[in-house]
Formats: sequence, structure tokens, C-alpha cells
Amino acid sequence: MRQVYLDHQASTPVLPEVFDAMKPYFTEAFGNASSLHQHGLRVREALKRSRGQMAALINADSAEEIFFTSDGTESANLAIKGVAYANERRGKHLVVSATEHPSVMQSVEFLERQGWTCTRVPVDADGTLQLEALRAAIRPETVLVAVHHVNHDIGTIQPIREVGRVCAETGVPLYVDCEASAGWLPVDVREFGAAMVSFSPHRFYGPKGVGVLYRNKKARLVSVIHGGVQEGGRRAGTENIPAIVGGGMAAEISLTELPRRIAHTATLQSRLWKGLKERIPYIRLNGPEPGPRRISTNLNLSTEFIEGEGQLLLCDLNGIAVASGSSCVSKSLKISHVLAAIGLDHALAQGNIIMTLGMANTVEDVDYTLETFAKIVTKLRGMSPMWDEFQRGVIDSVIAPTGRGKSFSQHAADVSGKAAH
Amino acid sequence: MSETYTLYNSTVMEHFMNPRNMGDLKDADGVGEVGAAACGDIMKISLKISNGRIEDARFKTFGCGSAIASSSMATELIKGRTIDEAMNFSNQEVVDALGGLPPVKIHCSVLAEEALKAALEDYVKKHPELAHKSPASETVAA
Repeated sequence: MRQVYLDHQASTPVLPEVFDAMKPYFTEAFGNASSLHQHGLRVREALKRSRGQMAALINADSAEEIFFTSDGTESANLAIKGVAYANERRGKHLVVSATEHPSVMQSVEFLERQGWTCTRVPVDADGTLQLEALRAAIRPETVLVAVHHVNHDIGTIQPIREVGRVCAETGVPLYVDCEASAGWLPVDVREFGAAMVSFSPHRFYGPKGVGVLYRNKKARLVSVIHGGVQEGGRRAGTENIPAIVGGGMAAEISLTELPRRIAHTATLQSRLWKGLKERIPYIRLNGPEPGPRRISTNLNLSTEFIEGEGQLLLCDLNGIAVASGSSCVSKSLKISHVLAAIGLDHALAQGNIIMTLGMANTVEDVDYTLETFAKIVTKLRGMSPMWDEFQRGVIDSVIAPTGRGKSFSQHAADVSGKAAH
Repeated sequence: MSETYTLYNSTVMEHFMNPRNMGDLKDADGVGEVGAAACGDIMKISLKISNGRIEDARFKTFGCGSAIASSSMATELIKGRTIDEAMNFSNQEVVDALGGLPPVKIHCSVLAEEALKAALEDYVKKHPELAHKSPASETVAA
């Protein structure tokens, strides 16, 4: 059976040259970077080289602005909590977009329970941040603005330069989560006007176990993990040298491969979405159309009248790895907060599937996916009471309303005795 | 990949991939459609009843793998039962017959029980002589 990996937003395989670069640091170069002897000094050099490679990927002024953490979530926690705690006396107000990653959202909620306040800036139906609302949200006591570069869920590219200008005008440091963009789209901290940027090498063919936080002098930051004085005292704990070395190599390769990655994935993205639209009625793309406002790797789909987990399972049984933001897939039984923030009807959020492309995907993979996915949709619709009720005019389509029947949400509320969340 | 890993156990996967009794019944004697407020899943069960016994059952489900498997298993289990027996049907029977469900998916089996009881209520409504046996008071909430 053909194996098609379409979940590059979740993780990517380590490139062979990245793996080779890492190997010596598990065995002969095993030292602790804090040690003052040969073993320590040797890995210190490796750390320094990787910092330079990370800085180059995002056009940072200096390698000293790069801090290593354990992953993207830790970077986000450090950025949000580190700045909040460092500026506690200046102000206790934060501004974030409504569609940040859970690592940002949950960090903010943690601070809210301790007396901070936060304004969540709404996005439009495509998931694009509303700049006027951002401007209105910033107050004299605001100490941080957090807006992601590309949405992890629906692939929307935010107008980050404009966001950076608003922050510069108001003098509030900007943190840009680049987890979903670094390695796939140019990230330029100077152009963004960002005081902090985070990204993770495992999203661009590097290893797991390392995250990066860029921070310039505009953002005061205190440590949230205490211990030794690693990472300039901003992040205690022995550095994961093999992962840092591999991550640096992955960053270096990404920088040179970027134009090829964009061209390759954009071709497949357009073929995939065009093919899906042709083959499957009542399917919708969440987020902007492929083009300058959407990252070339992501398709976030809602297929009406069926649920996402069933689609995901049948894809997997056919060798196709995809993700879903359906409530059935989430352990909290809630739909993705991003889909809720763009105002997506619950019925459509329930039928959500996310496909994210990478360099190993081929045109043949896309064609196999199109053929297989169309069959899966037909099978699940055949089992769905909603599809049957739509055919009989009991309920209407959200994607292409016919004017017959009640809404899915109304019907769901009628049969469950409660409105769907 | 050399090995295959599954999200659910093999019985659940089997019922998801090859569901039993999927579809609608022409001239059904009782039809129940219920939704789970928790997740948004919807399940419909149709029954053919004669001489106080469930002769046939069909389901249609808008929901995840375990919701589809639960409705498939529930319709298998209730065929041949009397109305009284069916009114005492519990979601635990579905869970046991499926060899267990992940804790977060137990509500799928509850939905199957509720769909079955809604279908029985529909039947009872059409047969007022059985009204005193309404299962409504016995329905266990999720």
C-alpha cells in the first residue's frame, strides 16, 4: 500500500545529513557544555555553531539572541511568562490573537489566574488578525503582544509586518510564534519588528527535543526554569546537544532549500485542493485560498455531513496520515479553538481534516489521496443520517445552502436537547 | 511500516470498518435519533418489531470510529430481544461486547443506548397500549 504522510505540521523525519551530524554528540562528544575541560569545550563549540545557524535562518543580528529550550511549547511559555514576570511592576496586561497555539493560550490563562489580564484580538473569517482591533487592544499597561506568523491549524499568514509596526508605534514588544512557518516560509525578525520569535527544528527535518527562542534587547525576560546559568541564565538545565546540533544543521539546510520547498509544496497544494473540489461536493477550505495569504504546506478542510475522526481513521487504514480538529479527535471533546474563532459552524468543524504537505510528497501521492479520500467521503456519507436527511430536505447544507430544511446545528440541538458548543 | 498500530482494539476497528446493520429500515416500527451534546455526534436507530420482539435493527451514525462501532454493536445485541428486555439495555453491554472503549469514548456507547431507547419510545408512542412501559424514566444520563 502507498504510504502518504500528510501531517508535516505535526512533525517531519530527520534528514540523513542532520542525523549524521548528530551522531558523534551521542557517543564521543558526550560532554556537558558547562564543563571546563576538553569534553565541555568541544560541545560548547557545537552549541555556538548551532546558535549561528539558527540566527541565520531568521536573520537575527547576533547568535547571542538565540536561546535553546526543549521544544516550541517551552519557548512559548518562556516568552509569555518570562516577559510577564519581568515587567510585573510596569503593567499586567497582555494582548494575543484569538488563534494562537494552545501553548500561548494556556500560558496566558495561567497568568490570568494570577491577576494578569489579557485581550484576545479577533480574527476575520479567514483567520487574519484584525489590525484595528489590535491597535485598540493595546493599553499603557500592556507589556507584550503575541501574534503567530502562520496559523498552526488553518495556515493563515498573518500581516506580521503591519503588526510589528503597530507594536513599534506603541513601544510594546512583539512575540511571533513561527512554529508553523520556520523552514517553510522566510522568517525575518528585523522585517517583522519582533522582539521574540520561537520555532522548532522538528517541523523542518530536524530532531525533536529542542526548541528555539530568539529574543532581542527590546524584551525583558526572566527565567521560568531555575537552576544553573545555561543559556545566559534564561533557561537552566543541561543543553540537549545532539538535538541542538541536528536542529542547527536542519536550519542551515532549510535556509538554502526554502525557495524549492515553497515551489514544491505550492504545486501539490494547488493540485490537491483543486482535485478535492472537483471530486467532492459540499467540501470547504478553511482559511485563505492557496496563494500569498496561506502557507503552501497546509490544507484545512471541512467535509459536510460527516465527522473528522472517521475520515482520519479510514485515511490511516489506506496509508494516508492526516490530522483533524474535530471534537471527536480532541481529548477535551471540544472543536479546535481556531475553527471556533473563525466562526465556523459546529457541523463543519466536526468534519474537519488537516493535510500538511512536505518535500517527500509527490504528484502520485496527491492523486492517490484524491482518489482514496473521495471514496472515504462516499462511504461515510452513506453511513451518516445527516447526509440522508440533507437528501430528503430535512436539513440544509451550510457550504451550499439550498433553502430547504433547517440548519444542521438546529437539528443537532433538537435531537440532543442541547445546543452544540 | 512493518507493524500496524490501531487507535481502538481489533473488535472496535472491525465494527468501524465493517459495520453491521448499517442503513435504514423500510416501514420501521420505531425510529430514534439522538445527539450527544458533549461532542456533537448524532445516531439514528430504526427497529422492526413484531409480537413484542425486535426482529430487525439498523443504524446510521454521524460520528467517530467508536460511535460507528457502538451503534453497529448495539444493533447486533438487541436483535431478537423483547421490548421489555430492550428497555433495560445498558451501554455497558456495548462496551463489554466491544472489548472496552477508551474512557473519553464511553459516551459513544451511551449515545447508542439512548438512540435505541428513543426508537423504543417512538414505538410505544404508536402503541398506546404499551405506554406504561415507557423507558424514559429508566434512561441513564451520560
